[in-house]
Amino acid sequence: MSAVNAAGWRPEMSQGSAQGAVTASGDKGLMLEEALIFELGRPGTCGVDIDEPEGAVLPGLEKFLRASAPDLPGLTEPETVRHYTRLSRQNYAIDLGPFPLGSCTMKHNPRLNEKVARLPGFADVHPLQPQQTVRGAVEVIVQLADWLVTLTGMHAVAMTPKAGAHGELCGLLCIRAALEARGDKREVILVPESAHGTNPATAAFAGYRVENIPATADGRVDLAALTARLGPDVAAVMITNPNTCGLFERDMKAIADAVHAAGGLVYCDGANFNAIVGKVRPGDLGIDAMHINLHKTFSTPHGGGGPGSGPVVLSEALAPFAPLPYAERTAEGYCRLIEEEDAGTDHPHAFGRMSAFHGQMGMFTRALTYILSHGADGLRQVSEDAVLNANYVLRSLEDVLDAPFGKAGPCMHEALFSDVGLAEGFTTLDIAKGLIDEGFHPMTVYFPLVVHGAMLVEPTETESKAGLDRFIASLRSLAERARAGDAALKAAPVLAPRRRLDETLAARKPVLVHPA
Amino acid sequence: MTTYYTEDHEWIAVEGDTGTVGITNYAQGQLGDITYVELPAAGATVAKGDAPCVVDSVKAASDVYTPVSGEVAEVNEALADAPELVNTEAESGGWLFRVKLADPAELGALMDKAAYDAFVESL
Amino acid sequence: MRYLPLTPAERAEMLGVIGAGSVEALFEDVPAFARLPGPVPGLPLHASEMAVERHMARLASANLSAAEAPFFLGAGAYRHHIPASVDHLIQRGEFLTAYTPYQPEIAQGTLQVLFEFQTQVARLFGTDVANASMYDGSTACWEAIAMAGRVTRRKKAVISGGLHPHYIATAATMARFTGDALDTRLPDLAAEPDDAAVIAAIDGETSCVVVQYPDVLGRVPDLAAIAAAAQAKGALLIAVVTEPVALGLIEAPGKLGADIVVGEGQSLGVGLQFGGPYLGLFGCRDKFVRQMPGRLAGQTVDADGKRGFVLTLSTREQHIRREKATSNICTNSGLCALAFSIHMTLLGGEGLAKLARVNHAAARKTADALAKVPGVTLLNSAYVNEFTVILPRDAREVVRELAEYGVLGGVSLGRLYPEAFALHNGLVVTATETTSDDDIHALATVLTELLADTHEGSPT
Repeated sequence: MSAVNAAGWRPEMSQGSAQGAVTASGDKGLMLEEALIFELGRPGTCGVDIDEPEGAVLPGLEKFLRASAPDLPGLTEPETVRHYTRLSRQNYAIDLGPFPLGSCTMKHNPRLNEKVARLPGFADVHPLQPQQTVRGAVEVIVQLADWLVTLTGMHAVAMTPKAGAHGELCGLLCIRAALEARGDKREVILVPESAHGTNPATAAFAGYRVENIPATADGRVDLAALTARLGPDVAAVMITNPNTCGLFERDMKAIADAVHAAGGLVYCDGANFNAIVGKVRPGDLGIDAMHINLHKTFSTPHGGGGPGSGPVVLSEALAPFAPLPYAERTAEGYCRLIEEEDAGTDHPHAFGRMSAFHGQMGMFTRALTYILSHGADGLRQVSEDAVLNANYVLRSLEDVLDAPFGKAGPCMHEALFSDVGLAEGFTTLDIAKGLIDEGFHPMTVYFPLVVHGAMLVEPTETESKAGLDRFIASLRSLAERARAGDAALKAAPVLAPRRRLDETLAARKPVLVHPA
Repeated sequence: MTTYYTEDHEWIAVEGDTGTVGITNYAQGQLGDITYVELPAAGATVAKGDAPCVVDSVKAASDVYTPVSGEVAEVNEALADAPELVNTEAESGGWLFRVKLADPAELGALMDKAAYDAFVESL
Repeated sequence: MRYLPLTPAERAEMLGVIGAGSVEALFEDVPAFARLPGPVPGLPLHASEMAVERHMARLASANLSAAEAPFFLGAGAYRHHIPASVDHLIQRGEFLTAYTPYQPEIAQGTLQVLFEFQTQVARLFGTDVANASMYDGSTACWEAIAMAGRVTRRKKAVISGGLHPHYIATAATMARFTGDALDTRLPDLAAEPDDAAVIAAIDGETSCVVVQYPDVLGRVPDLAAIAAAAQAKGALLIAVVTEPVALGLIEAPGKLGADIVVGEGQSLGVGLQFGGPYLGLFGCRDKFVRQMPGRLAGQTVDADGKRGFVLTLSTREQHIRREKATSNICTNSGLCALAFSIHMTLLGGEGLAKLARVNHAAARKTADALAKVPGVTLLNSAYVNEFTVILPRDAREVVRELAEYGVLGGVSLGRLYPEAFALHNGLVVTATETTSDDDIHALATVLTELLADTHEGSPT
């Protein structure tokens, strides 16, 4: 047998590792470094062909003209495409592998959503066009509203909030407006200590005083403590359900009944709706308002930190106070958006306006596409598989990672671990950074605050069993190394585009823009 | 000069009618690298237990409570450029602000060095 | 279901590992009465990609898109040509499907983009620093007012009548709950903006003055004069830019003395999308940076000393400060910021200046054509790419009638100010590089016809 390519090039294997290699360019194979556009670009370069402007500047404008063009370098199209493509390769993403960030619901983003959102009839429509020219766009908002209301068992929905925290604010302002309308000046919002930080921040921005409610040893709201605190000064409670420990608040209905009996209202943080969508209607548990993160449960892309979208479903008591523009289907089945012009007669108690236009239309088209694809049966399967995947992770790792609430029963769509049992000097952060070297995005770490060294794993329903098994194997290996005190783990990551970054330096001497 | 301590890990060194306030060496060790100190305005009136000052680390923002009431006489301007002084010289060069004492009797409720050390030991 | 990878056999195997008899058992903490026995009643079941696309396409086709009609709308949202590479690049999965860059070692792409974006916004605005974006222009404007309150420890904001009424409504909604006082006014149908009235309203209690530049009627306020008047009383000037392309032509607000500059970044890289998602821009002076809302990317080094970027100054934010945070904002508008940054990179400063000149030329042509229509008068003495004309009757009706002729003719002031009857004959008209001579001709011709009909019908 003659060797293929006997005289020519032959690969030499096992000659050192890529990590230590030094290259003249600084790049290492497909690991590409990229300079800033301010270092690459040239003044006067332009990647867009623009016609020569005709005519002179209006005489009245002359005194306002700028002294010189903005100091912004330009790049041609090939340079631009290369710059951003090279940068993109320094990012981890759902498209590359599991992204098990607890409370973030990083599920697959279907590409049909993207295709639909780019149809010119949605993408190229101005928010202030006469309503007769945007019937389809309004219909999308109303159809999505109908789905959200039905899936949650609520009465109405405010569609305009632009993200989850914006939705929380909207919900609390509805509550405040409803209380004021009945002449009730309540000042306190009760928030469980396990809550996401936006809850107390939002309550403060809505003008309320925040008081914490303790958790029980099993990770749930302490019903007795909460009931004892209720009184004529409590406007509302804000409860996340399933909660940030990944557990369902079994007493939700009892909590709601107690709050209502004391004259208050119930806000539910819907960040974890993915655990129960299609299976449980929050409205059946007595809540008055809940925001829905379309970028979590309904798969609109996270985009490196936004844009989000946070419609708020409302009970009958709160619906009249929803902000403008307010989407509704009339008794005749006609879809419309009520704006200031008609609000006086048709939606007179609106508490105001959350932003300039109608909300995140580009997210509505994507979310509706996702919902129609799944249907009521598919959405039920979503929550079942999300919960199944999380429990599979929990039970596959609880022998090597402490699961503080694991004994009490199943989790919902998130598996929670702590740093108990790691060797002296080894932390949750070390495990997280080790996952980066293993080729995974870390789980949420150090949240919820009520668990020491928390690791919150949310696999979502779009991970295959094979993918989960690979993730579990890596996390198991890291847990074992951290328990054994493997010093190499403290240096992780060593295989990523960057090693651990100096956040102290960044905060002490902030460099927020490139110097001119 | 006499130095007193609180259970919230502030120290106050009193000389005449003025007290210099900072956080203890133990506290800075718990907070980690200090990145920024938000100081009160000189001339502000503070009451015992107020939080006129915030010490930031990368991942936390911690209120500093004044152990005594009075008027803020001076703040440590050096911290604007060198917040790390709170780490390196917590109980000397990393002082935060000086208060002109309104009621020296308030000092009676504070701990001395030995009591504070025992308190830290008990944590 | 095409999006769900688990097979029935795998589900059974996984239940075995878990030690649960059924999936239903995993939901045991949900009270039985709240667990639905099957799919939520009253809703359709799953559908194929083809069926869903058909359904959505039918809804899309029920809208008249800007590409299908002579199009002259602005007033806070603008139609510009978006280079093909922008939409291609933002759809790369590494950008599209990444999360907030909390693990900087594997998020340098997003972080460097945000750092570049901040620099671009700061240079465009003429401010020292800028943040990594906010929800949109209106929410950025409110956040600026709230920030001015923190900086000055005062609670009264003076708002120009030239500020977009939806921005005012957004701020007024929040102010009602925070206890801030907003001193607002309506715009006058005058050639010049209300600089004098705004300056006269500033007093020792004023935290800030909020002025849109150019204003909602397209007029250009004298920011330098207002800045001087505000600063003499210890107040801040907040400049609001809803059309960043205009800054290719007129001076940067920061250079004219604005302390905080906010705006809507949709014009660059982001489509109209019926109102969202858009992109809030936020820049300010260096000395206010710790009072700023929103996320910030900052430069640092890694353990090997290599340059890298992280989210920084996060102690201002809700996840650390909780109820003491500078804002409750959790997300930014990351993907829209990326689109803005790519478009800005393609243009460069000189390209932006040229684009603004082309916009201005189109607006001049449009204004000249409309001024020749009998019964129409041009309001502005200055404008960049947006101006106001006064019609002989309610512009809302005219806009609807124009739409019947397939012309999207502008934004009526009656739509923006339904309760201000004195403004109802006003029409805000915008032209950009997408406006053709044929479009201008169509608008002028149909408008001439509609207004002639009016005159015949009602000879007043």
